[in-house]
Amino acid sequence: MSYGWVTPRVAAPVVPRLGGSWELPAQDIHRAEQNHGFSRPCTHGCSSLLSQTEEVQQQIIRETFHLVLKRDDHICNFLECGSLFGGSDYKLIYRHYATLYFVFCVDSSESELGILDLIQVFVETLDKCFENVCELDLIFHMDKVHHILQEVVIGGMVLETNMNEIVAQVEAQSKLEKAEGGLSAAPSRAVSAVKNINLPEIPRNINIGDINIKVPNLSQFM
Amino acid sequence: MSDVVERTLSVLPGLLGQHDLGVGLRGAGGPGRVSATSRLGSLIRSITALTSKHEEEKLIQQELTSLKATVSAPTTTLRLMKECMVRLIYCEMLGYESSFGYIHAIKLAQQGNLLEKRVGYLAVSLFLHENHELLLLLVNTVVKDLQSTNLVEVCMALTVVSQIFPREMIPAVLPLIEDKLQHSKEIIRRKAVQALYKFYLIAPNQVQHIHDKFRKALCDRDAGVMAASLHIYLQMIKESSSAYKDLTGSFVTILKQVVGGKLPVDFNYHSVPAPWLQIQLLRILGLLGKDDPRTSELMYDVLDESLRRAEINHNITYAILFECVQTIYTIYPKSELLEKAAKCIGKFVLSPKINLKYLGLKALTYVIQQDPNLALQHQMTIIECLDHPDPIIKRETLELLYRITNGQNVIVIVQKMLDYLKESKEEYAIINLAGKIAELAEKYAPDNEWFIQTMNAVFSVGGDVVHPDIPNNFLRLLAEGFDDGKEDNQLRIYAVQSYLALLKEEDALYPQKFLQVMSWVLGEYASLVTDVDPEVILTKLHSLLKKTYVTSETKVWLMAAVTKLASHTSSSMTVDKLIQEFSNSLDTCMRQHAFELKHLCEDKALMKSLLPFDASCNDIVVDASLSFLDGFVAEGLGCGAAPYKPHHQRQQEKLSQEKALNFEPYGLSFASSVSSSGITGRQSPAGLSFGSDTSGNSAETGHKETNTLKLEGVRKLWGKEGYLPKKESKVGKEDEPQTVSCGSLLAGQMGEPPVSQSDQVASLSEEDKEKQQLASTLFIGLGSSASVSLMGKADTATQKFKRKSKISATQSSEDVTDFQNSAASDFGPLLDTVPINMEGCEGSINTKLRKASLCSSDIVEDNTAFETSQSLKTSGLDDGLLDSRMSQSSLFDGNIEIFQPSPSSHCESASKIPLVLCLPEELEGLAHSEVVELCQSEDLALYFCKVWTDDSLLLTVFVSNKTTSAFNTVNLVFEETEHFQVLESPTYQFPVIEAQSVKLCQRCVWMDKFCTQGILSGSVSYQSEMETCLEFSITLSLLDFIRPMAMTTEDFGKLWLSLSNDVKQNIKLSSSEDSFSAALNTLQQKLKLHIVDIIGNEGILACQLLPSVPCLLHCRTHSGMLALWFRSPCSALPDGLLYQCQKVMEES
Repeated sequence: MSYGWVTPRVAAPVVPRLGGSWELPAQDIHRAEQNHGFSRPCTHGCSSLLSQTEEVQQQIIRETFHLVLKRDDHICNFLECGSLFGGSDYKLIYRHYATLYFVFCVDSSESELGILDLIQVFVETLDKCFENVCELDLIFHMDKVHHILQEVVIGGMVLETNMNEIVAQVEAQSKLEKAEGGLSAAPSRAVSAVKNINLPEIPRNINIGDINIKVPNLSQFM
Repeated sequence: MSDVVERTLSVLPGLLGQHDLGVGLRGAGGPGRVSATSRLGSLIRSITALTSKHEEEKLIQQELTSLKATVSAPTTTLRLMKECMVRLIYCEMLGYESSFGYIHAIKLAQQGNLLEKRVGYLAVSLFLHENHELLLLLVNTVVKDLQSTNLVEVCMALTVVSQIFPREMIPAVLPLIEDKLQHSKEIIRRKAVQALYKFYLIAPNQVQHIHDKFRKALCDRDAGVMAASLHIYLQMIKESSSAYKDLTGSFVTILKQVVGGKLPVDFNYHSVPAPWLQIQLLRILGLLGKDDPRTSELMYDVLDESLRRAEINHNITYAILFECVQTIYTIYPKSELLEKAAKCIGKFVLSPKINLKYLGLKALTYVIQQDPNLALQHQMTIIECLDHPDPIIKRETLELLYRITNGQNVIVIVQKMLDYLKESKEEYAIINLAGKIAELAEKYAPDNEWFIQTMNAVFSVGGDVVHPDIPNNFLRLLAEGFDDGKEDNQLRIYAVQSYLALLKEEDALYPQKFLQVMSWVLGEYASLVTDVDPEVILTKLHSLLKKTYVTSETKVWLMAAVTKLASHTSSSMTVDKLIQEFSNSLDTCMRQHAFELKHLCEDKALMKSLLPFDASCNDIVVDASLSFLDGFVAEGLGCGAAPYKPHHQRQQEKLSQEKALNFEPYGLSFASSVSSSGITGRQSPAGLSFGSDTSGNSAETGHKETNTLKLEGVRKLWGKEGYLPKKESKVGKEDEPQTVSCGSLLAGQMGEPPVSQSDQVASLSEEDKEKQQLASTLFIGLGSSASVSLMGKADTATQKFKRKSKISATQSSEDVTDFQNSAASDFGPLLDTVPINMEGCEGSINTKLRKASLCSSDIVEDNTAFETSQSLKTSGLDDGLLDSRMSQSSLFDGNIEIFQPSPSSHCESASKIPLVLCLPEELEGLAHSEVVELCQSEDLALYFCKVWTDDSLLLTVFVSNKTTSAFNTVNLVFEETEHFQVLESPTYQFPVIEAQSVKLCQRCVWMDKFCTQGILSGSVSYQSEMETCLEFSITLSLLDFIRPMAMTTEDFGKLWLSLSNDVKQNIKLSSSEDSFSAALNTLQQKLKLHIVDIIGNEGILACQLLPSVPCLLHCRTHSGMLALWFRSPCSALPDGLLYQCQKVMEES
């Protein structure tokens, strides 16, 4: 993932319409932008643009889509997109699942194969969270998809690659969601009571007692 | 449920069969799983049901209008608001403006319960960008949530902080986030580290103080926190690896434990322990071990182990392997590991999986500099990749080939690149590749024909997207030529011929840039081709001018070409027609050019002088001194007008007039008055613009007037290169513009003979037949035994188009080595030196490329040498001070301007003096350094002496002939440096140096750009048995250019206030009594400062940096300290002087 200003996002795919055609597969894009450090989830194929930045964004989405779509399945999953993102350092890494493309834009500080597997982790996580995910899940629950992605990647950085951990976090939050949803009708003091309770302990059996990391010169800083 | 969804679902199973991934995306849930009742659901469904873009737009606008009403209604509940936000996100995602909702998103994040807050935060992070002003409103919410007892709220706040946060508000949340590093929950610690990383990226200064906390995070007991901190370390080590070398051991330990499977099984991915963590660590190690044998030593073991462990045949292990290989090749090499890494690369390259092949090629490209044999091993694979259907693979292969290009395989490789270029449609790829081809072609071109053809292909395929440097460089190469005049002409002739052939095709469309190149070359060099009637070329250009696809910029180029051609032909029908046609063109620019052409055609002589043949490289001198006004000025002077005095001189005079009694002898004169006075110095004039005919003729006027002016004592000091040397043969010089300037250094050195490449040409024609053969041509010269260096970058042996060096720097160094090599051999008596062929070096100093546009005028003025006199002062006026070995400091003792200029006395630049090295009489009286030897050969010895005249530093170089025969034409050249300016010309020619005699050359030097110390180097070349060149360098320090500046206290005060750059410093005084005046005296003597006034314990001093940068010093003593306060218009000067002050005070 490109670090710094690049912010990958996930977009809930819709069935695309490009030139009125229905045959094109949907695209799920993690996209990034340099100059504005600003990105929104987008799908392609929409051009009613009001602001400059939006125009740039939509342009990127469109071009990315065309670039990825052109490529058949038997060629490599890396795409040097050149000037598209304003620098030759950037690469598109994509994976194609049925009608969906998952596209990550990364800079040279990421390992290509590593990202390829990160997409796999992300998709597997989606699968676990939605219990057999289908593209419609992604469309209708795009907010949830975003929340899951935020557990994997934050601010352009890979935060967590441990699938169980991601799922545990997401589940804990949806449990909360259900609890709140149920309570929302209840008297307000009950709501506030719930709000102030701590999140239940997330099972996480990775207390690594035996990992022993020595950092020299630490004392002089402390 | 719309039928669209059903249709989508029905397609899915068929698609699912195509891929073999563990996870399929199945529409298992069906419509029931989708919240069909939600507003979002219905919105999506209605959108997918639409058939046109227009309808979608209408629907979304409708939706947005209703959303706007809903969100701004005061009765809207937060719950409803949350739903609205999701819909807004969806609309925004489709590219529709929904900025009215941004503020509501922030409100929702602020007020909502957990669920609503979460959507609010999500909407904020998706809607806003880093510099959005609304973001400031979020800060309070974030601060509140960070302090919350609810973990989820803290998590959300940290997440949003690490995504977007206004830089200026970091201090508000920084302490809170720092606290979170000690939080009991791993997830919080992890996100806090992430947020700090974000801060580090956007404002590194603000998190400087918590670097030790990063270290703590690195040894966190949770591996996730540790992994998060690696991001920070990777970034910091990338910026400066040296500061973190001490952590190498820790990173190695961590990697060892990870590789050894000490992490919980949870971290395994496809039974590989924490692969992403390993990748990260390997990258960090690579950065740390780069060029550092000691640090690299630490990591050899763990790298070996990583390589060994990564055996399982899975994607992610390859990712680790790839990182390992890259790290191994980055750090200080260890042969054992390199061997293993090379094997790994083999695995990648030979893999049938296309992704791995891609990475294999990338790795090969990376390692090719260190291990060329690896490319040889895999040559067949590389050949296959060249024809791979995937353009990405192809491009990567070409990148690899680009790196291994040498003089022997360039034809094949460039051909391959051109093939790709022709297929390629992406602008980025074209620009990139065209640049590479042009670079390779220029560097390794085997012959003219191939070079021109290749460049033609680049221009015609690359079109107008190619980088503007490519045509510019190409034209410059043609214009400047190489070291061999004959080769040059052949290349030019071939270029002209090829363009004529191209233009023969009537309908061909060429890119504008290509047309511009063609027109320039045709204009400049068409006359070299004798068998083509210029009329034919003119007709072609004329027809191009009428084409509609030709842009107006190109038309100007074409017009310029026509004008140049017209200057070589007597009269041409086409030109007349063209003039007529464009004289009433609607394009004003074209019309002007037509008129200019018309006028030029009427005055052929002017045209010839304006457009000389093959003079594009000659410098066009801009006559900034307006010498064409000399006549006018002389007239004025003749009528009794006062001569012009520069500002500071007038001021000086005014000041001295104000004085009632001048007790200080010679106080009147101002040091730099002579040298820089405007009227006295006139340089050879040059035409500025085409329209100004007067400037073209003013050369003559200028010369004539010079004579009259000279009689009046007005001296001509300035020339093209600064001060003009005195030349007796003035008239003769006018006709030979370049003879004076360039030393003979270039003449002797010719370019290497072109390498015969006929066999390669043959192989090119057959390349498609046999891949094996292709391989042999591609990888020729690659093996370790080959003499050609692999990268070819340093390899100049095969380089055909070697550019001429600007000031023959490289040449002279070559010559020096030549000389040194032969120094041991016996130098016989000198032959009569052969006159050096001056034609060879014509135009080689000045490398400015003449623009084709007429506006920038092709007038090249004579580099005329005028009779000048040196700015040396006679000693007549100051006999009293004549102390032949006066020390530097004593000279400047007192506030006296010692020497008066005497315009009537001319100092011969090269006066013959006896073998004893002594300065000419008139210089003896000046402060000067000892005569020091510069360099020696068997024939010549060079000595030099610095003479500190009051307006410059006069370098006197003695050239002593040690042999028994005379040397003819000895050239002395000072190299250009950015700091120093050699007045007059930087070259000097001794026509003859007799046996056993000494000649001397004097050059005034100014400091052009401030420096405390610099080196002025130069060389002397002469003809003994061979062309020999002696190099020397002279160290000049700031103090050489500091002169006292006499002024009154009042004037000091005025000047002080007007200066802006000041530097203050306290220096400890030595303990001696009355140290203040002692200190001032030291400054006066050692630094040549002028003491303006002393009042009590305060003193003011002034000096100037030649030519005329003043520096004022105010000093004051208090309690054993000397407070120095400098002011000067030059920012660096006070610092430099302060340093010198400190030095001399310490010494004293």
